Amino acid sequence: MTTTVATPQEGTDSPYALSHLDALESEAVHIFREVAGEFERPVILFSGGKDSIVMLHLALKAFAPAPVPFSLLHVDTGHNFPEVIEYRDRTVEKHQLRLHVASVQDYIDRGVLKERPDGTRNPLQTLPLTEKIQAERFDAVFGGGRRDEEKARAKERVFSLRDEFSQWDPRRQRPELWNLYNGRHAPGEHVRVFPLSNWTELDVWQYIAREGIELPQIYFAHEREVFKRSGMWLTAGEWGGPKDGETVEKRLVRYRTVGDMSCTGAVDSDAVSLEQVITEIAASRLTERGATRADDKLSEAAMEDRKREGYF
Amino acid sequence: MSTTTTEELSATTLLRFATAGSVDDGKSTLVGRLLHDSKSVLADQLEAVERASLSRGQDAPDLALLTDGLRAEREQGITIDVAYRYFATPRRRFILADTPGHVQYTRNMVTGASTAELTVILVDARNGVVEQTRRHAAIAALLRVPHVVLAVNKMDLVDYQESVFAAIAEEFTAYALELGVPEITAIPISALAGDNVVDPSAHMDWYGGPTFLEHLETVPVSHDLSHCHARLPVQYVIRPQSAEHPDYRGYAGQIAAGSFRVGESVTVLPSGRTSTISGIDLLGEPVDVAWTTQSVTVLLQDDIDVSRGDLIVPTKDAPPTTQDIEATVCHVADAPLTVGHRVLLKHGTRTVKAIVKDIPSRLTLSDLSLHPHPGQLVANDIGRVKVRTAEPLPVDSYADSRRTGSFILIDPSDGTTLTAGMVGESFAAPEPVKEEPEDDGWDF
Repeated sequence: MTTTVATPQEGTDSPYALSHLDALESEAVHIFREVAGEFERPVILFSGGKDSIVMLHLALKAFAPAPVPFSLLHVDTGHNFPEVIEYRDRTVEKHQLRLHVASVQDYIDRGVLKERPDGTRNPLQTLPLTEKIQAERFDAVFGGGRRDEEKARAKERVFSLRDEFSQWDPRRQRPELWNLYNGRHAPGEHVRVFPLSNWTELDVWQYIAREGIELPQIYFAHEREVFKRSGMWLTAGEWGGPKDGETVEKRLVRYRTVGDMSCTGAVDSDAVSLEQVITEIAASRLTERGATRADDKLSEAAMEDRKREGYF
Repeated sequence: MSTTTTEELSATTLLRFATAGSVDDGKSTLVGRLLHDSKSVLADQLEAVERASLSRGQDAPDLALLTDGLRAEREQGITIDVAYRYFATPRRRFILADTPGHVQYTRNMVTGASTAELTVILVDARNGVVEQTRRHAAIAALLRVPHVVLAVNKMDLVDYQESVFAAIAEEFTAYALELGVPEITAIPISALAGDNVVDPSAHMDWYGGPTFLEHLETVPVSHDLSHCHARLPVQYVIRPQSAEHPDYRGYAGQIAAGSFRVGESVTVLPSGRTSTISGIDLLGEPVDVAWTTQSVTVLLQDDIDVSRGDLIVPTKDAPPTTQDIEATVCHVADAPLTVGHRVLLKHGTRTVKAIVKDIPSRLTLSDLSLHPHPGQLVANDIGRVKVRTAEPLPVDSYADSRRTGSFILIDPSDGTTLTAGMVGESFAAPEPVKEEPEDDGWDF
C-alpha cells in the first residue's frame, strides 16, 4: 500500500460526515424498520454467531424503547458448540424474545434426512429451515449474510425474493435503487433480508468492540482438544470425530465463525480480547470462510448452489 | 495495519462508488488491480482464482474471476449483474458497485449509480472518448452522482504521452460539464502495469495529481447541509405502551436530507398538520440535532395523527404535494412500460396506486436526442414519463434531493420492480422535444 499522504481536500472532515460504522448502523436500522413497516410475520435467523448477535443488537436499537417486534429462529444442526447454545438461551431470556427451533437431528431421527458420509450437517439445514418458514408462514426472514463473505453473496440483494420453494434465482433478482427496497411478494413466497449486506468481517468486530457487545467465549483464544481434518482444526466430540488415524491434541485456538462443529474449523490464536482479535483479523491473509469453513470448499459454486436451494 | 488502534480504524468514513466501462476498457483489470494492490485480496481468494484459471488452461491468474461470482458468468466469461465489493485503507472504507458496461445493461449502471457518490468512467487511451463514454457520462449526470472520475487507461500503450491524455481529458470535461456533471477528475493510468492506480507512476512525471486510490481516499463525501431541504420519511411508529414508557410515541425514520433540531416547528405531509419537535432519539440516545443519513426517532409536542408513509418537514420549508408527477425514468424490467399501465409507486416510505398517463419522449443514449411519443419503454430505455397518483405526494425535484426526488414503479400483479424515476427537469437536454404529428408507425 502506498504511504504517500495526499493533502486532504476541503470538506473531507465535514462535521456532518458519518463514520463508516455510523453509516452502516444507520443503514441496517433503516432496513429493520422497513421490514417492520411492510411485513406481517418477520423472523430473525439467530445462530448465536457474531453476525446474528450484531443483527439482534441493531434490532434492539432500531425499536428502542419498545421491544423488538420479531421472533427468532435457530436452525439447530444438533452439532452445536454448547457455549453457543447456552448464549442463545440466555439472550432469548434476557430480552424476552420468542425462539423457534428447526432441528436437523429431528429430521435425521425421523429418517427424512440422511447423515452424509463426510459428517457435515451444513447442507442438511436447508430443508428444516425452509419447512419451518412455510409452517410458520414467515414472510420476511432476516439473515446475517454479508456480501464480503463469498463471491455468490457479492451478487445478493438486501431484499432477496424467494419463491414458495425458498429458491434463489440470481437472474430474477430485482434491481435495488436508492434505498427504496421492494418487499412485494405473492402468498407462499417470502423475502430474505440482509441488513449486514454492506458490512465486512472487520466492521462487525469493530462494531462489537464499540458497542461493548458480549460474545460466546469460543470467539476468543482458549485451550481446546482438536484434531486435524482436511487441513482444519476441528473440535473433538460426540458428533463423530476423531476417526481412526486422526489424533487429538490440546491447542490454543479461537473460532472466526460459529457453525456446525463438523465443518467449522478453529484457528491458532492467542487473541483473548476484542482489541487483539481485531488486530489479528486486520493482519490476516485469509478470509473468514477460507480459514474455517469446509463446506465452501466442496466446489467452486458450493455457496451459489446451496443458496439456489434455499440456504442463506 | 497492526499498529493502527481500534479507534483510528473506526473513525474512517465510507465512500460508495460505482464503475462503468465498455467491454475491453480494462474495468476488471482496474478493479482487480485496486483490490490486489490495496491488499484486499486475501491469500485463499487468490489461490482459488489461480486454481480455477489453471483448470481452464490459462497460465496466469485471471483476476476477472475474482469479480465474476456466478456459475453462468464464469461459463460465459461475462458479467451479468451488479456486484458489490468491499475494501479498506487506513483512511477510508469503500463499497464498490461493480457494474457491467454493455449498453444492454444500462439498468445495472443506473442501479449502481443510484447509491454512489462517485462514478468511475474508464476509457481506453488509444480510442479516446467514444459513444459508450458519452452514455456513461449521461447516466452519471442523470443520476446526479456528485463526483465523476475519468480514468484514462492503457497509457502504457500510448507511450505515456501527456498530449494523448490531455486531449481526452479536455474533450470529456467539456462534454460532461455541458450535461451538468458537477465535478470531474481525470487521471492517467495503466491498470495492467499498475501506473497511478495505487502507486504513483514512474512513467508520467508530467502528471502532478493524485493516484486513483488517493483520489478515492480524499474526495469529500458529505455535502453542505445548509442548502438542503430537511426531510424525514416516517417508517414506523414506536409505541412501547409499557409501564416504563406509557406515553412514548416516536416517529422512526432515516433522515433523507438536511437536518432537524429539537424545538423546530414541523409539518406532517400530506395531511399538513403542524407541531414542534419535542425530542430526537438517535438509536436510544437523546440528541439536540440530527442530520442526513442518520436513523432517528422524532417525538412531537402535540398528539397528531402521524403514520408510516408520512413525511416530516420544517414548516418553513415544506414541498408542495401533487398527484401529477413528471419524471425522467430508466425502465429496468423485461416487460415494457406503456401508457395506461396501472402500477404502484414507492416514494420514500409510501406506496400508492398510480397510472402512467403519458410517455412524452425517449432518450437515445448514443446522441442524446429525444424521440417524441415512443409509445412504450422497454428494458434499459431512459425516457420522460407522466404519472398520476391516487393520493397526493410531497415530492422534491431529484436535482434538490436524490432521496425524496426518486421513486420506483412496481407491477401490482407480481411485485416486479419496473422503473426507476427521478422527479422534475432532466439534465441539460441538447434539444427540446419537437411535437411531431402522431405517428403510429414508430416501431421499437
